[in-house]
Amino acid sequence: MATTIVESQTDTFASAGASNLRHVLEFEKPLAHLEQQIHEVEGLQSKNGVDYAAELRDLRNNYTALLRKTYGHLSAWETVQVARHPQRPLFRDYVEMICRDFRELHGDRHFGEDPAIQCGLARLAGHKIMLIGTHKGRDTKEKIKCCFGLAHPEGYRKALRCMKLAEKFGLPVVTLVDTAGAYPGIGAEERGQAESIARNLMEMSRLRTPIISIITGEGGSGGALGLAIADKVAMLEFAWYSVISPEGCSGILWKGGNNVAEAAEALKLTSKYLKPMGIVDTVIPEPLGGAHRDPRAAAYSLEQYIAKTLRDLKRCKTENLLARRYERFRDLGVVIESSRKQSSRSMA
Amino acid sequence: MSQAPNDANPNHRTHGVPEGLWMRCPECSAMLFRKAVEESLHVCPECGHHFRISAHVRISQLCDPDTFEELFQDIEPGDPIHFHDKKSYKDRLQSEQSKTGNKDAVVCGKGFIKGRPLVLAVMDPTFMMGSMGSVVGEKITRAIEQATEAKLPLLIVSCSGGARMQESTLSLMQMAKTSAALARLDDAGGLFISLLADPTTGGVTASFAMLGDFIIAEPRALIAFAGPRTIANTIKMALPDGFQRAEFLEEKGFLDFVIHRKDLRSEIARLIDFCAK
Repeated sequence: MATTIVESQTDTFASAGASNLRHVLEFEKPLAHLEQQIHEVEGLQSKNGVDYAAELRDLRNNYTALLRKTYGHLSAWETVQVARHPQRPLFRDYVEMICRDFRELHGDRHFGEDPAIQCGLARLAGHKIMLIGTHKGRDTKEKIKCCFGLAHPEGYRKALRCMKLAEKFGLPVVTLVDTAGAYPGIGAEERGQAESIARNLMEMSRLRTPIISIITGEGGSGGALGLAIADKVAMLEFAWYSVISPEGCSGILWKGGNNVAEAAEALKLTSKYLKPMGIVDTVIPEPLGGAHRDPRAAAYSLEQYIAKTLRDLKRCKTENLLARRYERFRDLGVVIESSRKQSSRSMA
Repeated sequence: MSQAPNDANPNHRTHGVPEGLWMRCPECSAMLFRKAVEESLHVCPECGHHFRISAHVRISQLCDPDTFEELFQDIEPGDPIHFHDKKSYKDRLQSEQSKTGNKDAVVCGKGFIKGRPLVLAVMDPTFMMGSMGSVVGEKITRAIEQATEAKLPLLIVSCSGGARMQESTLSLMQMAKTSAALARLDDAGGLFISLLADPTTGGVTASFAMLGDFIIAEPRALIAFAGPRTIANTIKMALPDGFQRAEFLEEKGFLDFVIHRKDLRSEIARLIDFCAK
C-alpha cells in the first residue's frame, strides 16, 4: 500500500460540510469523494429548490456503509495514521471537553517546566482528580513549544511530583498518553531521560492512590510507559502502543527499505491485539470513522470510561489495589517453562 | 590455527571477541595475544579497553570459584506475536541459541563474592545484543523476588541494546514488571547494586538499570536512553566527545562511580559490607 503520510496541500483537504475542513488520509480518499458528492447534491438542492431526498439518502447510506467497511478493516499502518491524524483531539481538547475545572500546575522543582507533559487538578464527572497528559500542541507555535509531545526528563519528574501530591491528598490519578516517545536529545540525556522514566515506573507501581491510564493516540515506547503504570490501562480504539515506532522498527530490522506498513503489522500494536494479551484492560470505542470525525463523541466515551472506572477503583482498599496492580504487570509476558509444563503466565 | 585478524571483516574490529590466537583492540588497534587478554579479565593490556563479555565469563570473573548456582534455567522464549521481519523470530532465536548455547539473554543465580552470598542476574550481550523480551523480564523479576524473600543482596549486570522489538509491547511491559518488583525489594529494605557494562541502552536503562541503590559502571561503557545514532539523526548535529559514556554520566550525576573490571569484586564486597544490617 502507499506509504505517504501527508499529501500536498492542494488535495489534502476535502470539503466536509460547510465550515470545517478535514485532513484526508490516503486510504480515506474514496470516502472524501463521496462526501464531496453529497455536499454538491445538497448545494444543488438548496440552489435549485429541487427535491433530491432519495438520491441524498442513497448517497448517505453508501457513505456510512463505506465508512463502516473502511474503519472496520483498518490495517495496522492505517491505524497508526489515524492515531496521528492532525485533527485527532489532543490532551488540551479533552481537558476542555471533559473537565469542569482544570488548574494547571507547572515545573518539576528541580530544573524546569516541560509543556510536553501537562498536569493539573481537575474535576471530572463529580470526581476530584490529578489529571496528567502528554500534549502535542495544536498550532505550529504550540507544537514547537511542546516538542510535538516528546517529553524531557523535567516532564516525567513534574508528573511524578504531581502524583505524589495526589497520593498525599487522596486524589486519584488519571493519565492520558499520546506521544511518539520521549525526546531523544543531548539535554534530555544529560538530565537523565532514562532515570526519570525508570523512577516513574517504580514509583507509580507503589503509589497509594488509584491510577487510570488511557492511551488516546500514540503509545510510543518508554516515553508512553513512563506515564502508564496503572490499576487500569485502556486505549482508544484506533490508538497504538508499542515498544518502538513502525518507522524505528523498519529502519533497524528491514534496513533501508521503506517497510513501515510491514513493521506496523509485525509489531501487533493495535487494540485488537493488545486487549487479548492483557496489555490493555479495555478498548474505548471511537465514533464511526475515528475520533477526528467527532471529537465530542470520543470525549464522551472517554469521560464515561473514566467516571465508571474511578467509581470502581475508589471502592478498593489501598492494599488490595496495590497487590492487584503488581499482579497485573507481573503476569505480562510469555515464556515456556519446561518444569512447570505450562507455556505462559498470561496468553498463549 | 594461527591467523592474523581479518581486517576485511568489520565485525572483527568492532564487536565481540573474534576467533583465533590474536586479536585487535577496537580502541587502540594494538595486536593482542588472546590469552593475555583473557588473563587480564578481557581488558586490553595496552589501553584498558573493556571488551564485551558473555554472561558466563562475567559470572566466572565475579563469583568465588564453584559457588555459582544457576536459577530458573529452564525458562525459554516463545514467539508470542509470531514476529516476522526478513527472518522469523523463531529462526532467529534458534540460531542465537545454537550460537551461544544459552536459551536467552540473561543468566540468573545465587553465588558468593569474596564470601558474601548474593543473588545475581547477568545479561548476555552475545545473545541478540542482550535485548529484553519476556524471558529476560521474567527471570530478572524472579531474581529480584528471590533476593527479597531470601533477604540477600542483589546484583544485576546490565549489558543490553534495550527492549526486544520481536516481542513488541510485551517487551515494553517487562520494564514495568521489573521496576515494580524492585519497588517491593526497596520497601523490604533490600540492597540492589546495578552494574552497567557496555552497552546499556533503551528500555533496560529506563527501568531496572537506573534504579539501583548503587549504580556503578565499567570505564567507557555506553549508557543511554536513546542511542547516539537516533539522537544525531533527530537533532542533525555532531555529538560531543565522550557523550553517553560512563564518565559522562558520572559527571552529570547519574553514577556513583566508574570502576575498573579488576576492582569489581572488592568494591561489590565493600558495598555489601556497608549495607549489612
